[in-house]
Amino acid sequence: MKKFFAKNGPGYFFLIPWFIGFFCLALGPILYSLYLSFTKYNIFKPPKWIGLENYEFMFLYDDRFWKSLEVTFSYVFMSVPGKLIFALAVAMLLDKGMRAIGFYRALFYLPSILGGSIAVAILWKQLFEYNGVINSLLAKIGIEGPYWLNDPNYSLYTLVMLGMWQFGSPMLIFIAGLRAIPRELYEAAEIDAASKWKQFYAITVPLLAPVIFFNLVLQMIDAFKTFSSAFIISGGAGAPLDSLNFITVYLYNEAFAFYRMGYASSLAWILMLIIAVFTGVAFFSSRYWVHYENERD
Amino acid sequence: MSGVNLNKVVKTYGDLEIIHGIDLEVHDGEFLVLVGPSGCGKSTLLRMIAGLEEITDGTISIGDRIVNDVPAAQRNLSMVFQSYALYPHMTVRKNLAFGLGNLKMPKAEIAKRVAEVAKILQIEELLERKPRQLSGGQKQRVAIGRSIVREPELFLFDEPLSNLDAELRVQMRVELAGLYQRLGTTMIYVTHDQIEAMTLATRIVVLQAGIIEQVGTPFDLYNFPQNKFVATFIGSPKMNMIEGTANKSGLLLPDFGQISLPKNAPKSGNIHFGIRPEQFTIGKGGDATSTGKITLIEYLGSELFLYITLPSGHVVLVQASSQTQYKTGEELTLSLTAKNAHYFGEDNLRIPLYDEKK
Repeated sequence: MKKFFAKNGPGYFFLIPWFIGFFCLALGPILYSLYLSFTKYNIFKPPKWIGLENYEFMFLYDDRFWKSLEVTFSYVFMSVPGKLIFALAVAMLLDKGMRAIGFYRALFYLPSILGGSIAVAILWKQLFEYNGVINSLLAKIGIEGPYWLNDPNYSLYTLVMLGMWQFGSPMLIFIAGLRAIPRELYEAAEIDAASKWKQFYAITVPLLAPVIFFNLVLQMIDAFKTFSSAFIISGGAGAPLDSLNFITVYLYNEAFAFYRMGYASSLAWILMLIIAVFTGVAFFSSRYWVHYENERD
Repeated sequence: MSGVNLNKVVKTYGDLEIIHGIDLEVHDGEFLVLVGPSGCGKSTLLRMIAGLEEITDGTISIGDRIVNDVPAAQRNLSMVFQSYALYPHMTVRKNLAFGLGNLKMPKAEIAKRVAEVAKILQIEELLERKPRQLSGGQKQRVAIGRSIVREPELFLFDEPLSNLDAELRVQMRVELAGLYQRLGTTMIYVTHDQIEAMTLATRIVVLQAGIIEQVGTPFDLYNFPQNKFVATFIGSPKMNMIEGTANKSGLLLPDFGQISLPKNAPKSGNIHFGIRPEQFTIGKGGDATSTGKITLIEYLGSELFLYITLPSGHVVLVQASSQTQYKTGEELTLSLTAKNAHYFGEDNLRIPLYDEKK
């Protein structure tokens, strides 16, 4: 025990502000929401214990819940790999040591700062509107653009593009990771007659695996939690035809439009469980594909 | 076969020229060592031969082929890096096999070659380990293994021993020499350590600031340095330099006085008089003598070095018998013989006074 604190004490010391925030502000509401998920509660009357009824309804009778899962999973499975591949590609370009690299880095990172904001979601909405910039550009080359946002066949892809556009933060982390790979390994590989493609998958990818893994987990959690962009672009209701009814949008509406706090809480806990399971699977699988330089065996 | 020819090779980075038109012929099957102080361009030169750096001007050929625009992979050479550059996520076996796999060699042949190399370098029991589980010496063996498994025409070594501790360095040096004798392939070896250069090389190239100062066998470089730089760079401890003035009857040295020189010696001007620590004699004799005080003693067991301050304040380093006891502060008589010394003119170039006789 003494040894544990001698080794980890400073770490915990620096975590104190977070612990204060978590225990004093966050933990109470979190546990309360777990309690609420077993109740019927509309704010005006005190919560009424109904046991597992919310979960039962959700899994057995609520088609909108299943649809929201489908939307959320589709988004995660498209946007996360897309974003990571895009981020890695741009990181590798920027890592080539071009001139004014700082400028480009800032330029590419900009969408990530703006991306989370409401303003950009509104901008995105205007870009992709039927009479928006994208369609008028397409019209110039003779293509009639679809109703990007109002056609359920396209609406989710528009949002995936918005997600991918915010590749700045994984890109920065990838650049740092690429910089950490010794140059001599590529030189040795070059002399060893490895093609550029072979160098990429036999050296870059395995040595970048810890960084890829870190970005994957972070981006996955982030994608499952996507809310504000979906909320704004779908007009707050997950429209059209629930095609943008992310589980976050759905639970928001259950809570604050229909005042079904109990049911909304149970949705939130299911989302929490899904994130936990996926993160767990990622960590478990990492044993087989992530190589750490300093690990001991 | 695979000699290497460098013809007026130039390398510039931006406006900065760091290799100034080097001509060099590396004979087939020789062990050529590039030596020089840090920043002299020796690693850059090696990397240009390897194909890892572009050549700004001039040509490099390996065998009969000009390789200026040939990628590293197609030059049929291999390189051992100072940092070993082992692929950290692959086992030793995979590290050794990586290059062969890229050449699309049949699996059975790869396995056979890896096994052979592992046997030669005694790393058979390490084959399933990852580089981080190896000691520095083992890593270096694997790195060498990775280069010989390809059976290239030309081996390049970029300071391969400088990350090892002193004892291991000596051991690996002997092994490298053995490997060279066994393979007989052309090797080009970069080091800043002149002992490595002297012990391994069939010929040494001394580089300074991007130009070649001298090319020759270790014997030639030690006994006939062509300029003052080579004279003081080759040999450890360093050659002593005493500034003298030429006159009609020979050379006037501070502390030692007048010595006579052959007729072909210059009759005026300054001369750098170079004498190695082992070329002094303690006691009277020789062509000139001086007395001095011992200021420092370095006892190395088999040999002994004395730092002796002469009356002018100049300090010379003298090798003495390790079997004699000396004390700091002790007064000593030193003598020297003119024909054992080296003479360099004001342009720092060798004046060959006694060379034919040596």
